[in-house]
Amino acid sequence: MDPRHLQLDDEGRLKHFLTIDGLDRALLTEILDRAEGFLGVARQAVKKVPLCRGKIIANVFFENSTRTRTTFELAAKRLSADVLNVNINTSATSKGETLLDTLRNLEAMHVDMFVVRHADSGAAQFIAEHAAPFVSVINAGDGSYAHPTQGMLDMFTIRRHKGRFEGLTAVIVGDILHSRVARSQIGALRTLGAAEVRVVGPRTLIPADAEEALGVRVFQDLREGLHEADVIILLRLQRERMNGAFLPSEHEFFHLFGLTEQRIDGAKPDAIVMHPGPINRGVEMESGIADGPRSVILEQVSNGLAVRMAVMSMCIGTQNLAMASASRSAQPDQDATADLLAEELERG
Amino acid sequence: MTTMHTWQSTEEVEAAIAKMADKLGSLLAARAIDRPLMVGIHSGGVWVAERLHHRLGLQEPLGQLDISFYRDDFTRIGTHPQVRPSDLPVPVDDRHIVLIDDVLQTGRTIRAALNVLFDYGRPASVVLAILACRDGRELPIEPNVVGLNAQLEPGEQIKLSGPDPLTLRRGRVDPDPTQSGGEHPEAD
Repeated sequence: MDPRHLQLDDEGRLKHFLTIDGLDRALLTEILDRAEGFLGVARQAVKKVPLCRGKIIANVFFENSTRTRTTFELAAKRLSADVLNVNINTSATSKGETLLDTLRNLEAMHVDMFVVRHADSGAAQFIAEHAAPFVSVINAGDGSYAHPTQGMLDMFTIRRHKGRFEGLTAVIVGDILHSRVARSQIGALRTLGAAEVRVVGPRTLIPADAEEALGVRVFQDLREGLHEADVIILLRLQRERMNGAFLPSEHEFFHLFGLTEQRIDGAKPDAIVMHPGPINRGVEMESGIADGPRSVILEQVSNGLAVRMAVMSMCIGTQNLAMASASRSAQPDQDATADLLAEELERG
Repeated sequence: MTTMHTWQSTEEVEAAIAKMADKLGSLLAARAIDRPLMVGIHSGGVWVAERLHHRLGLQEPLGQLDISFYRDDFTRIGTHPQVRPSDLPVPVDDRHIVLIDDVLQTGRTIRAALNVLFDYGRPASVVLAILACRDGRELPIEPNVVGLNAQLEPGEQIKLSGPDPLTLRRGRVDPDPTQSGGEHPEAD
């Protein structure tokens, strides 16, 4: 099934969060608005709200990621859910089988939500298709397909700094070809109405059809790409790409595409610099930029918590509504009985 | 489908708030509370609290609570997307709190507001002041100060419209399960 239809219920409410693709501006804005409310929870002495109390949320990570897993874990705990962390080695046998077996086992523990990270594109969607009714799936990154919560936390960070998306020029620098983060960012920026989305990187790391397929402008020269930019997003250069034909060396990458004080000059004076982390200092950017006044990199981490709380509580809320309406239609006479009872009471 | 009409005019609402301010002032004096923290419940409670805060000339800034994340009917209705961050300008620990809301019906909103307050700390005491009190209590919660008492027909709601001018309206509102606004029968 198309993931775009899979993740919404009949009323257009979010029940799984698999990809930004197919979600409209109103829904993305709703996620950002809800996240805004959750920022305040961090100021409370007890940093918890009871929205997901009694729910079990399982972080199922087929690919290691301490940082993403911990923010999802903390987000779930702040919503008062019980959290299971399940780390699974991907090298196990046939993946389809492994995935479904794992799913069934966890479902037997009455898990209400799966947060899934997997090295294969489409894994989260596969789990959502096979999940039991009233169970939500959140994509915490699958292959090079999507990482929608990262995309939304970046949008949240941009909106907090710029107040809007209209008229903004956003530039994404680095390995676009392999980046699920870039795909989610591009989708969200375009849906939310950014004026222009540019990508900058070596030809080998940008999809050949990027302009048409992603709706972005492609630059091979960083200076040109940064001209008058409002938002600069640097992607992490994965070292494993360095060995292949994609890139000669880290040094060469920094020489051509590393962000320096000199190169950032062409961007708008109030441009912000973002990075999904962890940073390779001296590869994607100079240390001075990462720690400088334009960097919002650490803010992205705290914002990630609020955005993940928003998405998780929205999905759980939708499933609660579905459960309530299923139990109502299972007992169609309940209301009628209540009315009769009330009438009788009134008659005394 | 909404059929609401004015129950208390702006003048009547303002007079009721003036009366509340007098009662609240005497209550605080009797309890020897001199620097209370007044907290309004979003959104109608905040409008009433702003006026009471001004009339009583309180020193501490006004606080506000949004209780959407604490509602016990969230599982049925979902939260409203625009949740205002709760704002308590001073620590609540050992502080006397004056909690303000516009309408008291089931008591569930106040239960939720008390939970939020206690997640911020341990207040010395909490006093509850309500602009309009009606029947339908589902929890053992009673206000210390009441502006107006409403006798309503079954199925009728009251709602404060504001922020300026304030009027109280009453009438029937068809319950819409997707709305978490003040007119929902589960809400106060």
